[in-house]
Amino acid sequence: MSRSNKLHSVAAIFDNPDKVIFAAEKVRDEGYKKFDVNTPYPIHGMDEAMGLGSSKIGFVTLFFGLFGGAFILLFMWWSLALSYPLFIGGKPFFSLPAFFPITFETAVLFACVSTFIALITVFFKLPFNNHPLHDTDYMKQVSVDKYGIYILLEDEKFDKDKIIELFNSLGASSTELIYQPKEEKYSMFQPKYLIFLVFLAVGTSASTYLMLNKLMYINPFNWMEFQEKLNPQESSLFFADRRSMRTPVNGTVARGFIPYPYKGIANPKEVLSNPTLPTTSFLKLGKKKYLTFCSPCHGNFGEGDSRLNGQFPNGPTFHSDKVRNFKDGMIYHIITNGQNSMSAYDRQISREERWAIVDYIRVLQRAKNAKNSDLEEIKKEPSTND
Amino acid sequence: MSLDYSEDMVQFTREPQLVELDDLIAKPVETNPSKKYFLALTFTASLLLIGIICTGITFYFGIGTWGNNQTIGWAFGITNFVFWVGIAHAGTLISAILFLLRQKWRNAISRFAEAMTIFAVMCAGLFPILHMGRPWLGGYLMPYPNSMNLWPNFISPLVWDVFAVSTYFIVSLLFWYLGLIPDFATLRDRSKDKIKKIVYSFFSLGWRHSNRHWRHYEKAYMIFAGLATPLVLSVHTVVSFDFAATIVPGWHSTIFPPYFVAGAVFSGFAMVVIALLVVRKVFDMENIITLNHLEKMNKIILLTGSMVGYAYLMEAFISWYSGVHTEQYSAINRAFGDYAWAYWTMVSCNAFIPQFFWFRKIRRSIPAMFIIVILVLVGMWFERFVIIVSSLSRDFLPSSWTYFTPSLIDLGILIGSFGLFFTLVLVFTRTLPVIAMSEIKGIVKGAQPTHNGGAN
Ligand code: HEC
Repeated sequence: MSRSNKLHSVAAIFDNPDKVIFAAEKVRDEGYKKFDVNTPYPIHGMDEAMGLGSSKIGFVTLFFGLFGGAFILLFMWWSLALSYPLFIGGKPFFSLPAFFPITFETAVLFACVSTFIALITVFFKLPFNNHPLHDTDYMKQVSVDKYGIYILLEDEKFDKDKIIELFNSLGASSTELIYQPKEEKYSMFQPKYLIFLVFLAVGTSASTYLMLNKLMYINPFNWMEFQEKLNPQESSLFFADRRSMRTPVNGTVARGFIPYPYKGIANPKEVLSNPTLPTTSFLKLGKKKYLTFCSPCHGNFGEGDSRLNGQFPNGPTFHSDKVRNFKDGMIYHIITNGQNSMSAYDRQISREERWAIVDYIRVLQRAKNAKNSDLEEIKKEPSTND
Repeated sequence: MSLDYSEDMVQFTREPQLVELDDLIAKPVETNPSKKYFLALTFTASLLLIGIICTGITFYFGIGTWGNNQTIGWAFGITNFVFWVGIAHAGTLISAILFLLRQKWRNAISRFAEAMTIFAVMCAGLFPILHMGRPWLGGYLMPYPNSMNLWPNFISPLVWDVFAVSTYFIVSLLFWYLGLIPDFATLRDRSKDKIKKIVYSFFSLGWRHSNRHWRHYEKAYMIFAGLATPLVLSVHTVVSFDFAATIVPGWHSTIFPPYFVAGAVFSGFAMVVIALLVVRKVFDMENIITLNHLEKMNKIILLTGSMVGYAYLMEAFISWYSGVHTEQYSAINRAFGDYAWAYWTMVSCNAFIPQFFWFRKIRRSIPAMFIIVILVLVGMWFERFVIIVSSLSRDFLPSSWTYFTPSLIDLGILIGSFGLFFTLVLVFTRTLPVIAMSEIKGIVKGAQPTHNGGAN
C-alpha cells in the first residue's frame, strides 16, 4: 500500500499485557475517545480499562432465534394443516410435539447465521482490507506477540506530539505515525476494464445460452423410461405395415366374452330368459349396482324421479304397466343394448350384475304393488331378515 | 464479556514464547510438505478414488448394486451415516461444551476437532444422498413452493434429520470460520509470499485484532458455544429418532437418544485421538498437544464407553421387562442370532476394551491408546450395524426374514468415505493452522495481565 501524507493515527507498541492495560486506562483517563487497542488475543480486563460496556450482539441472537423458531412453526402449521392437509395415519394435522425438532433446529440456525452476519458486517464493519493499519509495522507486531494502542486523528484532543510524549511516558517500546493510504482512482474507460466487460458479457450470455438450451436438455441417464420394446402407436420396421400394434386375427374372442345375440336390435322378437335365482345376496348385489348405475335417472325406487334436474331426459318409471309386463330378458336387453336416448351399459356392468339389477327391479315393482297377502307373508318371517 | 484466562496452563513442558508458538503452528502452512506427506495423501486419495468409482457405479446402475434387499432396506448407507454424524460430535463437544465448562486444555485441540466435525458431517451427508439413488430428488426435502403444491412431511423423523444435520453443518462451519478469522490475520501479517498474502487477506476479512472487535468476538463465541451445545445434543437425538420413532422391534425404545449421544461422543473422541496422535508426531507439536490432553480425552472415552455399555445392558433388560414378545426375541436374536458375531464385536470393543483406560499407564501409553481407540471405532461402527441390520433382518413378518451380505460397492463406498475424511484432514493440516493461534497464545503463562498496574 502506498501512503499519502495525510495522517490517520498515532500508534504505540507495548511489550507486555500489564503495560498495555495500564496504558489503555491512562489514555482513557486523559479524555481520548477515538482510540483502540490491538492485541494478538483478547486480554482479560481490557474492556473495563478502555471503558467499553458489554457487547450487545446477544440481542441479535435472541431476536432472530425467536423469529426463526416462530416463523418455521407458523410455516409448518400453514403448510401441513392449511395449505395441503396431509393425512398421516389419522393423526391430527397439527400436534405440537411433533413440530418441536424442526422448530428448535431452525431457531438455532437463524440465531447463529444472523449472529455471524451481524457480527461481521454490523459490529466489525468487515471486510475492510484497505484500512490504514494494514501493512504497517504496527500491525505486523500486534498480530503476533506485541500489544498496541493507537489514537485517531479524528479525536477532539488529537495532538501528535503530546500523544507521542504520553505513549513514551507510559513505557511504549516504539511509536509509529500511521498515514492514510493513497486513494487509488481508476478510470471507467481503461482498455483493460472494457475488455474485461466484453469478456464478461460474452461469457455470461454464452454460458446462459448453453445452460438453458443445451445443458438442461441433456438426459444423463435414461433410467427405465426408454426400453428395448415396442410401445403402442409406435412405428416399427419389423412389420410390413410399419405398425408396432398388431390387429388380432379375425374371429378372435376376448377372454370371458360371450356374444349377445340381439345386440343392435331395437325391439327384439324374442329375448333371453333369466338364468338367475333371486337369492338375498344376489338381490343385495342388484341393489348396489342399481343404486350406482340406474338410480340417477330412474330414481332410487324406480319411480322416474331423476336427480338430474332436467339436464337429461328423465328415465321413465318402472311401475308403468308396460315395464311391469316386460319379460326379464327385455329389461336385460335394454340395459345391454340401450333404448333411444338411454345408452347401453354393457361395458360398465357385467353380465351377472345386469341380471341382478333386473331381479332387483322386479323387487321394486313388487314392493310398490304389494298385496295384503304379502304383508301376511312378511309377518311370518323372522324379523331379523333384512 | 471476558473470559478468565489468567489461570496458568500446565500442559507445556517448557514455557514457549508467543512467536515460537506462531512459528510452530504456522510451519506446516508455510513450508513445503515432505515426501511422507505426499505418500499419505496419495494413499488417502486412492481410497477416495475407490469411493468415487463406487459412487459412480451406484448412480449409474442404481441402488441394486448394494447389498440391500427387500427386508433390509437400510444397511450400510444408514450405518455409515450414523457413524459419521457420531464422529462429528466430538468436535463440537470439545469446541463448545468444554468451552462453556472452562476447560482450558481444549484450546490446543479445538480447531482440529472442529475441522474434523465439518469433514465428518460432509461424509455423513453423502450417505442419505447416495441412498436416494437419484440424488437430485433430494431437492424435494427443501420446503419450496412447487407446482404440485406439496410440502415436506415435517413430522417425519427423516425430515427432522435433514434440518438437524444441515443446521449442524452450517453452524459448525460458521463457528469454525469465526475462530479462524484472527488466525488468518496473523498468517496474513506473517506471510512474505504475495499470493498467499492476498488469499489470507481475503479470508481474514481485514481483521485488525482490535479490542473493540475482540469484545464482540468473545461474546459471539460464547453465544455460538451456547447454541452449539444443545444443537449437538439435538442432532444425534434426532438421528436416533429415525429408529426410535418406528415400531421395529429393537428400535422402538426411549433410551435411544441419550444412548446415541453418548455413543457419538465416544466414537468421535476416538477419531480425534487417532488424528491427533498422527498430527502431533508429524508436525512436532508434542509440546502443544501433550500427553495430558490425550489422557483427558481417554478419560472421556472411558466415561462414554461405560455409558454405552450401560445402555446395552439396559436395552436387554427393558426388552425383557417390557413383556413384548417381539422385543424379547429381538434382544435375544441380537446376542445369539445370525449377527451374534457383530454384536459381540460391538460389546467387547465398546464396553470392555475401554475399561483398560482405568489404568493411568495405559491412558498415557501412545501405542496402547492407539490400538484401543481404533477398536473403539470398529466397535462403534458395528453398533450401528447391529442396531440397523439385526433388527430389520428379523422384523414382524417371519416370511421375509433374511440375511444381509454387503456387496463390494457397499464396502467401496465405506472405504471411500474414510478416504474423503482423511484427505480433507490432510489438506487441512497443510492449509490452515491446526491449532487456534489466538486461543493458545491467550493461555500461555504471562499472556494475561497480572493487574498490578504495570509495575513490573
Ligand atoms: C342417463 C340416464 C339413465 C340411466 C343412468 C338409466 N336409464 Fe334407463 N332410461 C333412460 C331414459 C331417458 C329412458 C327412456 C328411453 C326412451 O325414450 O325410450 C330409459 C328407459 C329405460 C327402460 C325402458 C322404460 C320404458 O318405459 O320404455 C328401462 C327398462 C330402463 N331404462 C332401465 C334402466 C336400467 C336397469 C338402468 C340401470 C342399469 C338404467 N335404465 C339407467 C335414462 C337412463
